[in-house]
Amino acid sequence: MSTLYRDTGVVLRVQKLGEADRIVTLLTRRCGKIRAVAKGVRRTRSRWGARLEPFNHVDVQCYTGRSLDVITQCQTLDAFGSGVVSDYARYTAGCAILETADRLVSEEGHGDSLRVYLLLVGAVRALAGRERDASLILDAFLLRAMSHAGWAPSITECAKCAAPGPHRAFSVQGGGAVCDVCRPPGSVLPGPETFALLDALLHGDWPVADAADAPTRRDTSGLVAAHLQWHMERQLRSLPLVERVSRP
Amino acid sequence: MFEGPVQDLIDELGRLPGVGPKSAQRIAFHLLAADAADVTRLQEVLQKVKEGVQFCEVCGNVSERERCRYCADARRDPTIVCVVEEPRDVLAVERTREFKGRYHVLGGALDPLGGIGPDALRIRELLARLGGTGPASDEGDIGEVIIATDPNTEGEATATYLVRLLKDFPGLSVTRLASGLPMGGDLEFADEMTLGRALAGRRALS
Repeated sequence: MSTLYRDTGVVLRVQKLGEADRIVTLLTRRCGKIRAVAKGVRRTRSRWGARLEPFNHVDVQCYTGRSLDVITQCQTLDAFGSGVVSDYARYTAGCAILETADRLVSEEGHGDSLRVYLLLVGAVRALAGRERDASLILDAFLLRAMSHAGWAPSITECAKCAAPGPHRAFSVQGGGAVCDVCRPPGSVLPGPETFALLDALLHGDWPVADAADAPTRRDTSGLVAAHLQWHMERQLRSLPLVERVSRP
Repeated sequence: MFEGPVQDLIDELGRLPGVGPKSAQRIAFHLLAADAADVTRLQEVLQKVKEGVQFCEVCGNVSERERCRYCADARRDPTIVCVVEEPRDVLAVERTREFKGRYHVLGGALDPLGGIGPDALRIRELLARLGGTGPASDEGDIGEVIIATDPNTEGEATATYLVRLLKDFPGLSVTRLASGLPMGGDLEFADEMTLGRALAGRRALS
């Protein structure tokens, strides 16, 4: 028996289905990640085609189908899409945020996705509002989403022996900062500013993050991307296409 | 499951876009019952489309020759270029009978979620065309580029990217297709984003 339900969510991605339909993937507040069919939205006379676009924050009503749910109504809460796509660097950063959220939350895992949903809404809102550098917003989202998944890099203490820092080396495979004793081969030696920026992004210390210079932001982005992809055990397709334009 | 070639045909047809297992089965049995001459004609057309169709060296549209009929037509205005995502968009613009310029087919839209970046599209060829180094460089300078990508997230992002690249070309006017309310629709049913775009792009009547 099909049941009707209503929820708010962010559109993560859309895929074409048949002649004029789309499969819409949403990360919702209560139901977690859902995939639902939006019928006829690719027609130019569709009343909801514009609402069910990536980045948009929407209020949807769906009924559960046999394999996929079907969207029956949709209202826009925040049209973040138009603000994000008007700047290419923000668009690429936003795509990496959506893909990460899509990969981190499974369709079965309803209960534990609320924090990722709140992080996602905050990150997309900041991107669309042009509050700060898109690269910083992306890295902050990736670090916090990884923290939620239990993969946050250790920054202030050794990831292997928990010796208090500050430490000089960072090991992606090791899980973050490592002391000189535990340091495995292949560790990198980022500057103390990079560790400070990682810590600021993880804990939302924006005055420190905004003050970081371009080389530090670049190094931090590299470490965050490497750490994320190592722990997800797969490449994110959008991450190599992110346009990093640091404006210190 | 059917045996041998019949099941193979159903499997192959089922791989086509928009063809589900039931449709594939129906088409396969239609072909099985059809005249041998009809099936041979279909087979020849399929072979011809794969071997005989190429992409126009100027605009990237599908063509039987080196240049498509729009690029080879001397009556069309070479100073206006309409940039579209796919060859089927060329037909959509042609159906309006309003546009008499040339085309440039990008081959898709920027979609980082699908792994499609600027290098995967024919943007470099567009820049060469505008810079006067493309295959049709003898036809004069291009004065206007109309960006006619789809009015969705990927299409808008592609337009944003192109505008950023093209703004440095001296004397080049870059325009975007207007977007707003469809003909024959009621205002009360318009979604807020479309109506917002229509208001932003309103035109003076007097």
